[in-house]
Amino acid sequence: MTGQFSACRIQRMLNCIEVEHLRVVRGGRPVLPDLSCAVAAGTVTGLLGPSGSGKTTLIRAIVGVQQVVSGRVSVLGEPAGSAALRTQVGYVTQAPSVYSDLTVRENLAYLAVILAASPESVSEVISTVALTDQADAQVSRLSGGQKARVSLAAALIGGPRLLVLDEPTVGLDPVLREELWSLFHRLAAQGATLLVSSHVMEEADRCQRLLLLREGRLLADATPDELRERTGADDLDQAFLRLIQSGEAA
Amino acid sequence: MSTRRVLATTRRVLRQLRHDPRTIALMLVVPCVLMTLLRFLYDGQPLVFDHIGPMLLALFPFTVMFVVTSVAMLRERTSGTLERLLTTPVAKADLLAGYALAFGLVALVQVALVTTLSLGLLGLQIQGSVALLALVAVVDALLGTALGLFLSAFANSEFQAVQFLPAFVLPQLLLCGLLAPRDQMATALRYLSDVMPMSYAVDGATRAAGSAGVSGALLVDLVVVCACVPVALGLGAATLRRRTP
Repeated sequence: MTGQFSACRIQRMLNCIEVEHLRVVRGGRPVLPDLSCAVAAGTVTGLLGPSGSGKTTLIRAIVGVQQVVSGRVSVLGEPAGSAALRTQVGYVTQAPSVYSDLTVRENLAYLAVILAASPESVSEVISTVALTDQADAQVSRLSGGQKARVSLAAALIGGPRLLVLDEPTVGLDPVLREELWSLFHRLAAQGATLLVSSHVMEEADRCQRLLLLREGRLLADATPDELRERTGADDLDQAFLRLIQSGEAA
Repeated sequence: MSTRRVLATTRRVLRQLRHDPRTIALMLVVPCVLMTLLRFLYDGQPLVFDHIGPMLLALFPFTVMFVVTSVAMLRERTSGTLERLLTTPVAKADLLAGYALAFGLVALVQVALVTTLSLGLLGLQIQGSVALLALVAVVDALLGTALGLFLSAFANSEFQAVQFLPAFVLPQLLLCGLLAPRDQMATALRYLSDVMPMSYAVDGATRAAGSAGVSGALLVDLVVVCACVPVALGLGAATLRRRTP
């Protein structure tokens, strides 16, 4: 009994995010009817699925900005959205949410004060996302990819323990995408947990673990290799297709 | 609420304005141009100008600040920056107070400019104290700021936000005593004007310009306008939600 209890507690500590029977209804439609899943601490976990599958809704529930009907979402052992988490969770929205009429540095300096981070952290995150040359440029004058990186830099301020990124690589060129994925793994190696959503299956191979979402339901929770093994497919796109087909047959 | 976060927000809003010189110019120049226009409209009737000049000194900053802040807050909501900010330790009151302080500072400059111009070049004659009239004008601008921040919660687009000017400010403008003295209106309208904050803003300006010293009536006007500012900001904070559907 005691052994079971402590095993359960250890599991809790290893999981950075735990979602149990989460139900979210948006505009009268159950976007997430009854979802349970977990994200292990210190990993890069991919949240994959076609657009409209509920990825953004799940992400919003995890960062605590989504009204939920029922269920439990806990992050770092605290209920999602609680005050204690507000300096611990970095959130990158799908559309870059930074002030386009400020410079890169002004945007980040504001957040540094809000998050009580050191003023030096501003230059640090600017160089992390390779925008040092654009630091004093107004965000409205930057390219789409650069804007996305400003938004990412904003989430890195204060060194959050969990980073939740909603399609951070959309529209980026392959070189930049590669650089960002390397950055994600570096951050995980430093102890952060990353949950990265994408609708591009080729990015799935860069994740240690995958959560496959379709129509608000969890289709699979596995490593990329496990997924290939289970479906007998070589590429993950095919694996995803076979999972859907077997799910419909069952 | 934290002073550090309020001031950071104020600085950020002012920086955003600094990158938009045309808006600053419009905020500062338009009231001056309108006041000049009014002066020459009543070129042959200096007494009329002296009568309505102080009222408009209170109305222009109120109206300009109302429009600018309601659009600024709407942008914060629609650009996604608000959603992200509300996942950080920032309090809703920090944001609204930061906005109010930033636009309050701009109002200070605006009122200083238009008051100096009116009393100097345009030859507006008042019996009361200039400082008191300017104080009333600044407080009125703060009221416009606070109401703009509050009402922007009910707009989903810039089109809607701008419509609040005719829907919300114009009725107050008609009933505030500028066009007809409030005690000569139909009883129902007079009662209506009694509950509109702009009536006190305009009455206050007229009283401050009319006689030196602080009368009891002027004090009531000032207290009403000042009390409406935190009420509107509080209601504005209540409309911000960390969790949305």
